[in-house]
Order: sequence, then C-alpha cells, then structure tokens
Amino acid sequence: MREFTYTKAADAAEAVRLAAAGARYLGGGTNLVDLMREEIERPTALVDVSGLAQGITEHPDGSVEIGAATRNTAVAAHPRIRRDYPVLARAIVSGASGQIRNAATVGGNLLQRTRCPYFYDVAARCNKREPGSGCDARQGFHRTHAVLATSAHCIATHPSDMCVALVALDAQVHILGPAGARVVAVADLYRDPGETPHLETVLGPAELITAVRLPRAVDGAVSTYRKVRDRTSYAFALVSVAAVLRVVDATVADVRIALGGVASRPWRARVAERELLGAPAEPDTFKRAAEAEFRSARPLPDNAFKVSLAPRVVADVLKGLSG
Amino acid sequence: MAHEGISTAEVTVRVNGQSRSADIDTRTSLLDLLRDRFRLTGTKWGCNQGGCGACTVLVDDQRTLSCLMLAVQADGREVTTIEGLGDAAALHRLQEAFIAHDGFQCGYCTAGQICSGVALAGEAAAGVPSVVTQDLRAETVELSVEEIRERMSGNLCRCGAHNGIVAAVSEVYGS
Ligand SMILES: Cc1cc2nc3c(=O)[nH]c(=O)nc-3n(C[C@H](O)[C@H](O)[C@H](O)COP(=O)(O)OP(=O)(O)OC[C@H]3O[C@@H](n4cnc5c(N)ncnc54)[C@H](O)[C@@H]3O)c2cc1C
Ligand code: FES
Ligand code: FES
Repeated sequence: MREFTYTKAADAAEAVRLAAAGARYLGGGTNLVDLMREEIERPTALVDVSGLAQGITEHPDGSVEIGAATRNTAVAAHPRIRRDYPVLARAIVSGASGQIRNAATVGGNLLQRTRCPYFYDVAARCNKREPGSGCDARQGFHRTHAVLATSAHCIATHPSDMCVALVALDAQVHILGPAGARVVAVADLYRDPGETPHLETVLGPAELITAVRLPRAVDGAVSTYRKVRDRTSYAFALVSVAAVLRVVDATVADVRIALGGVASRPWRARVAERELLGAPAEPDTFKRAAEAEFRSARPLPDNAFKVSLAPRVVADVLKGLSG
Repeated sequence: MAHEGISTAEVTVRVNGQSRSADIDTRTSLLDLLRDRFRLTGTKWGCNQGGCGACTVLVDDQRTLSCLMLAVQADGREVTTIEGLGDAAALHRLQEAFIAHDGFQCGYCTAGQICSGVALAGEAAAGVPSVVTQDLRAETVELSVEEIRERMSGNLCRCGAHNGIVAAVSEVYGS
C-alpha cells in the first residue's frame, strides 16, 4: 500500500474542502482499503467521511432520507425501511456478509468498484484500471460480466445489490461539491462504459454524496429482491432483480424493475416496464416483457446464459409479487 | 502528520476493556494493530481481503472485519477480541459449545467464528433481517438453523467444520 495522510472530517463542508485539495473520501473502507492494498487505488490523502450523517429521516411528504454514512445494516434494520421498502432491505441483506454490511456505508456502496477479476489483476489489461491498455475479459473468463450497454472497451458490471433496489425505487442522491449542492437520480449517477470505462459516474472532482432520498412508497404496491448466484450466500450476483408492482383488477397499474449483474450500472428495465404497464398481470405477459428488455443484449460466449436466465428470474419475481 | 517520510498517527483504542495507545503508520489495519502491536494474536490473518472472516472482531459490539478497517478508524472506539470473550479458566458459553460440538479442527477460523456468533445473536435480537428472514416486520428474529447458516456465511472454515459450528451457535442462541 502507498503512503497516505488521514483526516477525520468534522463536517461535509470540511470534507469537500480537503477533497478539493486532493484527498479521497473514505467510508467503511471495505472496498477502498482492499484496492489500496492492491495498489489499484493510490490516494495520497484520505478524508474519513464515515462519521458524517448517519440518520434516517422520515419527511412529512412520505419520503425517507438516509445519511450517506449510514451503515448498510442500519438501513436494512430500520423499521420504516422494512415496512415500506422491503425491496431495499432484502437487497442489502443479499449482499456481502454481516461483518461487511456493518462497516459499509451507503455512500461507499454506491461508489464501490467492479469485481471484474481483470480489474483486480494488475498483470492483466484493463481499460478501467489503465485507460487504453485493452480489456482481457473479452477473450478471457467473462461468465460474470455484462450483456447490456457494454462496449468494445469494457464489459464489467457494477456489483452492488443495494443500488439495484435504489434504482427500482427511483431514489435520488444528494451531492455536495465545491460549487454547491445538487441532486441526481441514482439511475443517472452511473455512465455506460463507451470509450471511457474509467469514468464511472457523473460525479465531478471532490463531489461528496451526502444522502440518498427514497420517494414516498407507491401506495398498494408490493416489492421484493431476488439474487441468483453461484453459491447460496456470500457471493456476488450473476443476475439480480428488484421489482415494485401494483396490480389493480388483474392489470399492471404500476411497475418498476431494476437488474443487477447485467450491465455496468444497476439497470432500469424501461423496455419491460413499458410493455407491462396496463397489460394483464399474467405469467405470459411477464415473460414476453422481460425478454423484450434483452433484445439489445450483446452477450459473449460464456455469459450468454444471462440473456435467458435474467428474463426468467424477472418473470418469476413478478409472478410471485402478483400472486 | 508525516515524520521521517512516513505518515503516522496516534491511536487510542479500548481493547477488551483496557485503553491502549500506539503510534502507527496510517497504513496499519486494525488486524495488524491488534496482532503486531498489542500482541493479541487470537485474531487471525486469513485472506486479508474481506473474503474469509478469520479476522472478525467486535467494534462497538458490531462484528467487523479487522483486515478491512484502518486502525486509525478504530481510534476512540471499543474493540473486543476473542481474548476478551473468555479464557481457559472461564470460557465463554459459545466457546464451550464449540468444544462440545466439534466446531473446529485446526482452529484457525475459530476466533472469527466465535466473535461472529456472539454478535449475530445481538443482531437477530435487534430485528436485523437476513436474506432468509420471511417476515421483515418481526421485531426480533428467531434463530433457526437456516438463519444461523446464512448469518454465519461470512466466516469460512477450510476444515469444513461448518456443521459443528452451526450446532454450537444453535445450542447457545438458537430458537
Ligand atoms: C468479500 C466481499 C464480498 C462482497 N459482496 C458483496 C455483494 O454480494 N453485494 C454487494 O452489493 N456488495 C458486496 N461487497 C461490497 C461491499 O458492499 C462494498 O465494499 C461496500 O458497500 C463499500 O462501502 P464502504 O463504505 O466500505 O466504501 P469504501 O470502501 O470506504 O469506499 C468505496 C468508494 O466510495 C467512495 N466514497 C465513500 N463514501 C463516499 C461519499 N460519501 N461520497 C463520495 N464518495 C464516497 C470512496 O472514495 C471509494 O472510492 C462485498 C465486499 C467484499 C469485501
Ligand atoms: S482476513 Fe479478514 S476476511 Fe479474511
Ligand atoms: S477449523 Fe480449520 S479452518 Fe475452520
């Protein structure tokens, strides 16, 4: 690990000041410390933001605001989250382990880096780690990689479970930067890889995530999260599905679907949603809509299974929610 | 701040009820602080990347991987290691259960397993759900064998003593 200085931020404004001077934000450290040890990340200064806002505030308009330093476990355990946003509680506890969730912050989870083995292997070529060096995943082991909105330069996925639920819930990220505060939808936080896979989000230099806001839960809707992985627990998703569904008179009145493990970002399944809205809430409809989402998929030999697996999981999750 | 070209910091941690300080390189993990500086070698160094759980300790009563936490982040906090849970003269009841149920073979993962087991009981009592919890609204979660298996999944055992481990946790904290 390279040397670095360490400062605990007293408040968000101080954190942004230090970051503008070159420091890197540190949350629970469960991803950054690991990457620093591998010297994939090489910050020379850290500003610890894990002691900043950790509250969960219930606003009068029905929305819920979660401070960026709230630990993943605390979010999943909060009675309001468990009652009104089960998809979020279930997504969080599907990820990592009890120990890691106790340390991981909401801000750090949003900005965790990919688990592509070639990104982690400093002897391999990786355009994300070293722009312009190439991508060894295309010709290598890529069964865990992305099939939607990939580019010739990168096929890595965003590994988070929590973020998939946040995208399905239309959550927003509150940001503070040197130029002031702004709000971005979680769905718009990430970029597709294109020719610049090392640029992963729309955050500018020194921008700090201060909170995540969940809009008021959809009245009468049910929601859940399902993760498919190589072993039952403590493994990243091959495919995961977050879904919010409201059925009225056997018709889909409201539906939001997001997918993990299939793209460089938590993927909002807008094509499927459009097909489903107003359609009969039946297994056939679910299946057709989910398949439509993957018409634009560009799989490689080893991850082609995701193109048939993901729609089946979506259809089954919707069937479970409507039944 | 930097002295002799190395970034250092002073940390004070309450370890097993006793306040202890050290001047450290900022790169030191909590795991290295406990083992190399405080000579508390009960906590084990396994993968050093969050994958195995051997380094699990309690930080402010929450189970945490000490290999992924910088020691500077533990400054001012309360850390409990296996040495603080029990000793040969007075074993923790979960340690006794591990012996009774053959919850280990080589013993390398055991300190982490026991710290994890002690903490998961508190989590379930506080209503923290797991991925197998059916009723998300329950105020406390009953620790069925399925719940224990899931909640212990962050602690690997290369000797494959998992059945004994689950039996031991189940005897002490199970429903
Ligand atoms: C063995 C293992 C298994 C895992 N399995 C899963 C899994 O199955 N599913 C899953 O979803 N995750 C999994 N994870 C990843 C885990 O969820 C992340 O490591 C964690 O969420 C990161 O949070 P953190 O607070 O520790 O972030 P850190 O490591 O502290 O930071 C991560 C990044 O976010 C930046 N950052 C942190 N806070 C802020 C902020 N407020 N504003 C701006 N930038 C910020 C940091 O600069 C850094 O770049 C696993 C991790 C490990 C080690
Ligand atoms: S040594 Fe910390 S998880 Fe393996
Ligand atoms: S007892 Fe040997 S690793 Fe668990």
